[in-house]
Amino acid sequence: MSPSTAQKFQKLCRILDEYHRQPARLVPILQAVQEEYRYLPEEVLTYVATALRVPPARVFGVATFYAHFALEPKGKHVIRLCDGTACHVKNSIPILEALRNRLGVDEEHKTTPDMMFTVETVACLGACGLAPVLVIDDEVHGQMDPERAVTLVDEILKKETVQ
Amino acid sequence: MNTAEAQIHDAMTATGTGRRVIVCAGTGCVANGSLRVFEALKREMPAVGLNVVLEFRPEPAGDSVRVSESGCQGFCQMGPLVTILPEGILYTKVKAEDVKEIVDSTLVNGKAIDRLLYLDPQTRKHCHGAADIPFYQRQSRMVLKECGFIDPEDLTEFIAHGGYESARKAYLEMDAPAICDLILKSGLRGRGGGGFPTGRKWEAARVQKSPKKYVICNGDEGDPGAFMDRSVMEGNPHSVLEGLMIAARAIGADEGYVYVRAEYPLAVRRMRKAVKDAVAKGILGDNVFGSGQKMWIDVMEGAGAFVCGEETAMIASIEGRRGMPAPKPPFPAQSGLWRKPTIINNVETLAQVGRILNYGAEAYRGVGTAGSPGTKTFALTGHVANTGLVEVPFGTTLREIVLNIGGGVTNDKGKIDKNGFKAVQIGGPSGGCLTPEHLDLPMDFDSLRSVGAMVGSGGLVAMNQRTCMVSVARFFMEFTQRESCGKCVLCREGTKQLLALLDDVIEGRATPDTLKLLETLGHAVQKGSLCGLGKTAPNPVLSTLRYFRDEYEDHVIHKRCRAGRCKALLRPEINPLKCKGCGLCMKACAVGAITGERKKPHSINPDLCIKCGACAKACNLAAVEGI
Repeated sequence: MSPSTAQKFQKLCRILDEYHRQPARLVPILQAVQEEYRYLPEEVLTYVATALRVPPARVFGVATFYAHFALEPKGKHVIRLCDGTACHVKNSIPILEALRNRLGVDEEHKTTPDMMFTVETVACLGACGLAPVLVIDDEVHGQMDPERAVTLVDEILKKETVQ
Repeated sequence: MNTAEAQIHDAMTATGTGRRVIVCAGTGCVANGSLRVFEALKREMPAVGLNVVLEFRPEPAGDSVRVSESGCQGFCQMGPLVTILPEGILYTKVKAEDVKEIVDSTLVNGKAIDRLLYLDPQTRKHCHGAADIPFYQRQSRMVLKECGFIDPEDLTEFIAHGGYESARKAYLEMDAPAICDLILKSGLRGRGGGGFPTGRKWEAARVQKSPKKYVICNGDEGDPGAFMDRSVMEGNPHSVLEGLMIAARAIGADEGYVYVRAEYPLAVRRMRKAVKDAVAKGILGDNVFGSGQKMWIDVMEGAGAFVCGEETAMIASIEGRRGMPAPKPPFPAQSGLWRKPTIINNVETLAQVGRILNYGAEAYRGVGTAGSPGTKTFALTGHVANTGLVEVPFGTTLREIVLNIGGGVTNDKGKIDKNGFKAVQIGGPSGGCLTPEHLDLPMDFDSLRSVGAMVGSGGLVAMNQRTCMVSVARFFMEFTQRESCGKCVLCREGTKQLLALLDDVIEGRATPDTLKLLETLGHAVQKGSLCGLGKTAPNPVLSTLRYFRDEYEDHVIHKRCRAGRCKALLRPEINPLKCKGCGLCMKACAVGAITGERKKPHSINPDLCIKCGACAKACNLAAVEGI
């Protein structure tokens, strides 16, 4: 076990203790675990099940039910395009298409092979007054259009290459 | 005094005579950079010798200026918003670079800066502040009254505005039957969608003989296009807690949950802080207001499932299971969380409760209609000049909300179009469409239901003539299909088939039978589903079929989308009578589908064309038609 894996495992145990290993707190436990690992690795889910004394199927069932849980690792930069009603009628889809074209991702493969970007849609961020809305790494950008969205991505790419 | 003036008056009386600068820190304004404005104010004001105070003080020093953040002020499109009191000036679209001028001109020399004032597009006049802006003038803000004036993270300020007085009264002066009776008499109906009388729900839980009961605040505002609850939780979190405490007292519960959608991180943070502060002040805890009674509240973050807005699914989610609904009865009021009597109320419903205890049932009934008393907040979005949060009495007409408060429908370029109004989608994926014939319909629970729509949570999405109603129906169907939990066959499979049928319509494969099948299947899904999600999922399709049947028939019979949105049906052509052969379209075309000689009409090769619309955008003569 590498030192960082060991550290993360300790953190996992701390999370479980914090919620007193109660199966009722499964959702917040998984949220905290995902915060730590950035996704929910299969072996971690199995360990959570053992620690909570519930069948792994129950933990997998919950992890796959809610949209916020990711069973695959996400890219370094997560781009979320709001496709709520207000954003949709203000043409959010062309923005999605432009981003996917630029980064070579699609509905199936949301993350770029170099693990740099993940492009996904969300139901509604509740910032409808600014529609269409794009969120890059938790920063909200309002009144988007395809050209500006691609420019934002290009800026990140530029910074990454410099580094 | 109109409501906007009254609000300023209230804000001033409760905060003494001190001067105030309020920066909106709702999600919309923060996204536009309001926090940078706030930081710049904190930096620039002391630089010119102003005595800046950040926290609320009951008796401010004479020369001090209080600078604070507020929750959503509702006028999201114009953000970041900065309000200056006592002048009542409202600056819109403020940038950090404007702050120096605001400090020098307005705060030091008392002069308003015209370019930052709201320009009324109809009168072309600058509006000095909220009191002159039609968007605010025509609203009557009750639930949102303090949102936008008080600092949501400052408990002392909430208390100075009379906060927690009602909860104190409920715990120290009233008994449970009296509270239930009062809420019943007020006629308060649940704002989450169904409009069930809140008092009856509470009474049903109160009469249960159980030593343990729960209350839950439903902040899982999942309807795309709705953000009323988010704004209340962000702007006035304590008002929600107060409502939940009163609900607990009314049914005899000592534990409560606030279930907030995970997409609302700011609301989660503010609700958590509110709970912490209330516990520290002895408002929540083992001895509420010294009454000897217990009340604890926990804030739980959802994990992204629309169906969790359904009561029984939310209970399953809090219990750490997949959020799948259960059959009713037993109703949660009889057997809910951990099989104990539980009531679940929506954020906006709870935010009204304190006010009812304060002013009485009679006064509450004085607003709104006989069947739907009180006010309702709507999230007005889409193709409308003023998007934002609107609170009006029940019974207000659609015309007033969309055309007057909303300032009219806009075209694709954002300009007001007098004949642009096509439809309003109300109630999100569970709701229906309202058309120009409904403009004078009073908006309340019962009259909306009579035309096949519902108040729902209150999302109002205005749509202009360039919106394809079949695509709108498809959009909602895709949403409900994705969010169906899979328990009921008719919802799980039916929504999938409805979506496939709509795709047939949009992609030109449909026959007249498709429309009949859509209706039959839609009704079947309504009947064969357990919870509200399935029961209402076909509404957008059925309602658009009812009011825009000709548009569906256009797609099916003539293979044409008159809004020009359905790509498969587009046949872009250059009108030779309009084309002057300038070559702009040829340059814009990325795939080389346009050919033609200079100064002679060009043409599009349909085999190469990808229907992107770039040519139509580039043409100054509108010669590209059919896209």
